[in-house]
Amino acid sequence: MIFEVKNGSFGYGKKHILNNISFDIKNGDVMSVLGSNGVGKTTLLKCMMGFLKWNEGETYIDKTPLKNIPSKEVWKKIAYVPQAKGSAFPYSALDMTVLGRSAHIGTFKQPKKEDIDIALKAMKDVGILYLKDKLCTQMSGGELQMVLIARALTVSPDMLVLDEPESNLDFKNQLIILDTIKNLSKERNISAIVNTHYPAHALQISDKALMLNRDGTSFYGNSSEVINEENMKKAFNVNVHVDEFVMGKNIYRSVIPLSLA
Amino acid sequence: MVRNKEIDIKIFLVLILIPIISALVCIGFGRYSISVPETVKVLLNGINSYASDEMAYSVIFNVRLPRILLSMLVGAGLACAGAAFQGLFTNPLATPDTLGVASGASFGAVFAMMFDANLIVVQIMALIFGLIACLITYNISKIKGKSTIVMIVLAGMVVSAMFQAFVSLLKYVADPQDKLPSITYWLMGSMSGATYKTLILGAPFIIIGTLMIFILRWRLNILSLNEDEAKSMGINIKIMRFLIILSASLITSSAVSMCGQVGWVGLLIPHLARMLMGSNNKTVIPISISLGATFMLVIDTFARSATSAEIPLSILTAIIGAPFFIGLLRKTGGAWS
Repeated sequence: MIFEVKNGSFGYGKKHILNNISFDIKNGDVMSVLGSNGVGKTTLLKCMMGFLKWNEGETYIDKTPLKNIPSKEVWKKIAYVPQAKGSAFPYSALDMTVLGRSAHIGTFKQPKKEDIDIALKAMKDVGILYLKDKLCTQMSGGELQMVLIARALTVSPDMLVLDEPESNLDFKNQLIILDTIKNLSKERNISAIVNTHYPAHALQISDKALMLNRDGTSFYGNSSEVINEENMKKAFNVNVHVDEFVMGKNIYRSVIPLSLA
Repeated sequence: MVRNKEIDIKIFLVLILIPIISALVCIGFGRYSISVPETVKVLLNGINSYASDEMAYSVIFNVRLPRILLSMLVGAGLACAGAAFQGLFTNPLATPDTLGVASGASFGAVFAMMFDANLIVVQIMALIFGLIACLITYNISKIKGKSTIVMIVLAGMVVSAMFQAFVSLLKYVADPQDKLPSITYWLMGSMSGATYKTLILGAPFIIIGTLMIFILRWRLNILSLNEDEAKSMGINIKIMRFLIILSASLITSSAVSMCGQVGWVGLLIPHLARMLMGSNNKTVIPISISLGATFMLVIDTFARSATSAEIPLSILTAIIGAPFFIGLLRKTGGAWS
């Protein structure tokens, strides 16, 4: 599947938030969306998935405009993983995960055993089968985030959209989430669009990066090229140093903030 | 803490049998008491039993059966509507009463009664004003596309107060000799008006609404998620919301027009269901229907047989419901928290 945004612009009234955004990703690609607080990262996700209407421009799935595809079909291809927030009702992790099957189940039908098996398998795949009877209201942020990822996988999507999946998590849980995204893209050829606050994470997992600037413009390209000192200074008003070091067989890259620009 | 369980065949049978057995027992209660075996015999023989025991036949079939059917229907419906509103508004405190739907429906019904309208017109007016009340509450509570629990409860209180004031206004201008007592008494809730005719006119609305919610029960879980999240599950959230609001309002307004305002059921029963078997609406709805029917039946039997005069239902549901609910809350800490 090719997911594409062409010349997308969005703003409330006269205020431009997103200006002329274009990108495309195909199976197995991971794209990071970077930008400072309030610059419109979540708005971008909402616009490209059709929750908000682009003022100009269009989202395409395999060259077909998104608005021409029935929403049920769209949500069999794309799965959205929102930021983990507590829910009002204490659903068990398994019940929460089964909800992901919704687009595959007829409107007046209930989930069958088959759907529950798919949910159990998704939980096993991301390593949280032990959580299945735990209530979502009693989980830590990391656990809930993994449940939401498992729920997204039950859709058997071509693309995952994740909104800051690793914020508010500790080191270990961050690594678990990042590894999960990376493995899904490599092993199952699922593409992913990830909003993140961490340039280093973007370098670690993504092939492409979209960096949003305060004036609505953006940088887009391969992440190793886009995430450089000059662009970071423009987007975040921060002087950074992009560091590279070798440990064992791997090259690690980190982005170190130096001072306010 | 209650773990979420599935309804298997055993639990399913229990859910069906509880209301039926309670009904068989409750039919016997009252001035003319009838034993359970006798009740079963008369019911099974149907019209033939008229010959053998005319009195029992007439008490069971003409007096108590319609009333018992009505109370079960109203209890099941109101509990189901409460559970649906709670899921829809992502709010454990949303019920037909707290959202103002019941008050709106009462206003519509009283308005129609002032003009001696027949039951169908009363029901339709109740439905229209119940829906209006629900939509007003929904729109007041929505700020930037989101509504918080507090806002919904506050908006519901205001809307409810407004429609109650309208009802008071109607009562004020109503004929004190004839209309006023009947309206006042009716508002306190009573099943005494139950006949087969009211059942035939009112039951379909409650049955359709309950059936609709029963069919959509699993989707209620999705509606209780955040709006974008729910959309990303591939459901048409607007149509789904409308169907649930329509069904729940249909039940409420039909119940109100047949037997006045009966409070508490919509709050008490769904919470009891959650405390028993967890919050998945796939189980909450069937349990609410079964327990709602049983609860209303028992309360109404008490209302008609405890004293020589009838006790209004809403008084009983509050007196019995409130302490029961407090006890459950203290014991479980509220299954939603």
